[in-house]
Formats: sequence, structure tokens, C-alpha cells
Amino acid sequence: MKPFRYEKASAIASACTSAAQPAAKFIAGGTNLIDLMKLQIETPAHLVDINALPLREIEETPEHGLRVGALVSNSALAADMRVRQRYPLLSQAILAGASGQLRNKATTGGNLLQRTRCPYFYDTTKPCNKREPGSGCSALRGLNRMNAVLDVSDNCIAAHPSDMAVAMTALDARVETVARDGATRTIPIDTLYRAPGDTPNIETVLALGELIRSVVLPPPPPGRQLYRKVRDRASYAFALVSVAAIVAHDSNHVRSARVAFGGLSYKPWRSADAEGALSGATLTRASYDAAGTAALKNAHGYGHNDFKIPLARRTLRATLADVTGSI
Amino acid sequence: MDRILQLLSDLSRRRFLETAGATGLVLASPLARAQTPPEGASVHGEASPENEMVTLTVNGTQHTLALDPRTTLLDALREHLGLTGSKKGCDQGQCGACTVIVNGQRINSCLALAAMHSGDEITTIEGLAHGDELHPMQAAFVRHDGLQCGYCTPGQICSSVAMLAEHKAGWPSYATADVATHPALTHAEIAERMSGNICRCSAYANIVAAIRDVADGGRA
Repeated sequence: MKPFRYEKASAIASACTSAAQPAAKFIAGGTNLIDLMKLQIETPAHLVDINALPLREIEETPEHGLRVGALVSNSALAADMRVRQRYPLLSQAILAGASGQLRNKATTGGNLLQRTRCPYFYDTTKPCNKREPGSGCSALRGLNRMNAVLDVSDNCIAAHPSDMAVAMTALDARVETVARDGATRTIPIDTLYRAPGDTPNIETVLALGELIRSVVLPPPPPGRQLYRKVRDRASYAFALVSVAAIVAHDSNHVRSARVAFGGLSYKPWRSADAEGALSGATLTRASYDAAGTAALKNAHGYGHNDFKIPLARRTLRATLADVTGSI
Repeated sequence: MDRILQLLSDLSRRRFLETAGATGLVLASPLARAQTPPEGASVHGEASPENEMVTLTVNGTQHTLALDPRTTLLDALREHLGLTGSKKGCDQGQCGACTVIVNGQRINSCLALAAMHSGDEITTIEGLAHGDELHPMQAAFVRHDGLQCGYCTPGQICSSVAMLAEHKAGWPSYATADVATHPALTHAEIAERMSGNICRCSAYANIVAAIRDVADGGRA
């Protein structure tokens, strides 16, 4: 690990100012950042520890949603009874990720900002545009079975690893931030992440020193919620494909549907195409398959990960069948 | 088996006492972000501009350490306090051998900076027993032969003790069919909740039996 200066921030304003220095970084749970620092993939010169900041509350919002402080641990969020009753999808998604130990340490803001687990991002002996801009992408023609198939570029095909963020994307969560000059803004979670394009090293729209303060969950939409994750082993593994679905229906037809995928893109993939195909559709296998075809119509495999495209369609079908209690 | 565990326990306690005793008070440089060590606390290392003064309460004893900020909580426990019960397996949060209990919650001490835990209460495997009386979970692991080589065992035991507290508090898991309910601690629930602790010898069947025994009130 490279040496760094350690600072325990006592106020949001000073934390943002400190983190706006060159090569400075916020640290919250540290479960991803410390690992990357040991491997010298992350080499901050200055670490701003934000754990003492008052961002650990989950509170009701006037619109009957919840505001989740950035430092609320993944465990605390998944175990909160309001989340379990009103946003079961979010509890399920969080509990599908990592281990009990990691969820106790990992935070809401940190989970959103965790880095990809692309094996070449971790392998410092290989080119990686995300780790070393301009060096090339080893995954394009490498071992890419965990990599993305939607809306990535020839410069980077890394997938976003979060489960929590997939559920939050289906729930239309909003990310509230505070910038180094004290300005606050609200970012719809679907626009938090930047497409890799030519700069896969820049992953979000956040500015230097801009801190995630909270995540707001709007009131839950009507319908049943379900998160389904497909992975290489039964527990404690990143998703090959996951689906977050919220579906309202009557006895024969879908009234409204929300669908987001994990494991397919640089961000949680909300599929307006699948949602459009499902609106008013019958509760049949044919409808669910049509939604899957619509969702994956622009998908592109890179060899080892070609299987993700049919797997995503089938996972969507199975999730829709489960959440509607049909077929 | 009991005899071996007893010997190991005696050894680690002796080493711990030696380390904790062999300390000299360090005069804190004004350059260091030093805290005045509380009365009776042991002080380790030298204060310097590069070091952080870190106060950890480990198994009920307060220690003040001057540490390079890069020091993980695991290395602070093992290398600076001589508490080698917590093991370094993967050193990347995947195996769980380094699991300790911080302020009542289990974490991977390899993915925690000691400086970030200044002021925290830490329980390691060395702190679970009361004198010669094993913690019920330690006794259950012995009774059910919940280990083979034993390397993962301190992490398994710390993890399972905290896991039972999580379950008692009503926390759901991925194995819980309806997350809004308080699930019974089935085999599937134990397996899922313990998935952060890997056993290379694959003693899982007996580990689950030991945990089950304690959860059911056990004989301990």
C-alpha cells in the first residue's frame, strides 16, 4: 500500500474541501477501497475518513418515501423494517450481495461507488483503460465471461458489480450530494453513472470533492417486488445476471412494470424497452419472452460472455413468472 | 481435542500478557495527532508525524498504539498487540479468517484500517472465553468437531457468535423467503449467513451442527 495522509473529517464542508485536493479520496466502509489500495490499483495520497459525519439515519420523507444517509450500512438498510415492508426488493438485493461481515462495514454511498470486479482491472500486469487510461482493454479478447453486454465501448466492457444499485434503479432512487462549494444537487440514480466511451476511468458524474450525502427512495410504486440473482455459486458471489422487477397486474394483464438488470452493463440497466413490452401484456410466457427480447435487442457478446444474453432473457422470464405468480 | 485447545488458549493468553506488559510510555510529539493515553492503558510504538495515535479497546483492555495509517486492524491485532488468534487468510475480505467483532458487529479486520477504529470496542477469539471456561460456541465447536486444520476456526467462531446476535435481532438473510418476517434459523439460513467464512477443509457440516447446538440452547 502506498503511504497516504489520514484525516478524520468532523464536518461535511471540510470533508468536501479536503477531498477536492489532488489525489484525495473519501473513505467510508473501505471494503472495496482498502482492497484496491493494497493492490496499488487505488493510490490516494490523502484519505478523508467520513465515518464521523452525521449521515447514518434512515428517515421518512414528506412524500412518504425514505431518505437513507450515505453512511447507513448495507446490513442496517437491509434490516430496516420500513425497507423490508415497503421496499422488499431492496432488502433482497442487498442481502444477495457480499457476506454478513462485508455488509456490516459497507455503506450505502460506498456501495454505489464501488469499482468493477473485471479481472483485468485487478491484474496490474495487464492493460486496462479504466486503471491506466490509454493502455487498452484486455477483456475485449480476454476472459470476459463476467463482463458487460449492453452499452459498453471497445475501450472498456466492465460491468457494474452492485446488487443494491440495481434495486435502487428499479425504485427510481435519487442520489443527493454536496459539492466542495457547499452546493447541493439531486441526481436520478440512472444518470449517476457515465458510459465508458473513451474515458472508462471516469465512472460517475460526481465532481472532485462531491460527497454523496443520502439516497432518497420515492414511495414504492404499486405491484409486487422481486430481486433474482444468478451467480456461479449459491452465495457470496457477484451476479452473472440479476433482475429487479416490480409488477402490478390484474388477473390477466400487466398494469405496470419496472425492470432493471444487473451484470449486463456499466450501470444497473433499467429497461424501458422491457417495461414498454410488458405494459398491458398478458401474463404469459410469450409476453415475458417478448419483454426479454426487447430488453436485450442491442446486446453484444464478447465471446465468453455471450451466454449472458439468453441467460438474461430467461432470468427475466423466471422473475416475471415468480413476481406475478403466473406460468 | 479439549487439551489442545486449552494449550492454545493458554499460549495465546501468555503471549498477549507478555506483549501488553512489555510497553513503555512514549512521549507524544506535538506534531503527531496524539491523544493522551488514558491511565492504565498500554502504549505501543513511537509517536511521529507519520504515525496515527490509535486507541483500541480489545477484549476489555484499552491500548494506545502509534501506527502507520496503512496498518489494518488485523495487523494491529496480530503484529502490534500479539493477538494472533485472528488469522490472515486471503487478506482481501473473501475468506473470513480475520473476522472480529467490532462494537457488537462482525467485520473482516483485514479490510479495516486500525486508525478508522480508534475508540472502538473489539472482541477477538482471545476474548470470548471467561478464564478457563470456553465460550459456548467454542465448546460447541469442540463437541461437534467443527474443524479440521483449525486455521479458519477463530473467524468461524467470532462470525457465528455475532451471526446469532444478528438473527436474534430479527435480521433477514438472502435465504429468508419473506424479508418482512423474522425467519427461523434453518440449515439454509445458517449456511447463507455464514457464507463469508470459508473452510478449506470443508468442515461445514460440523460447523453448522455446532452453531445449531448453541442456537437451540445447547449443552454449554
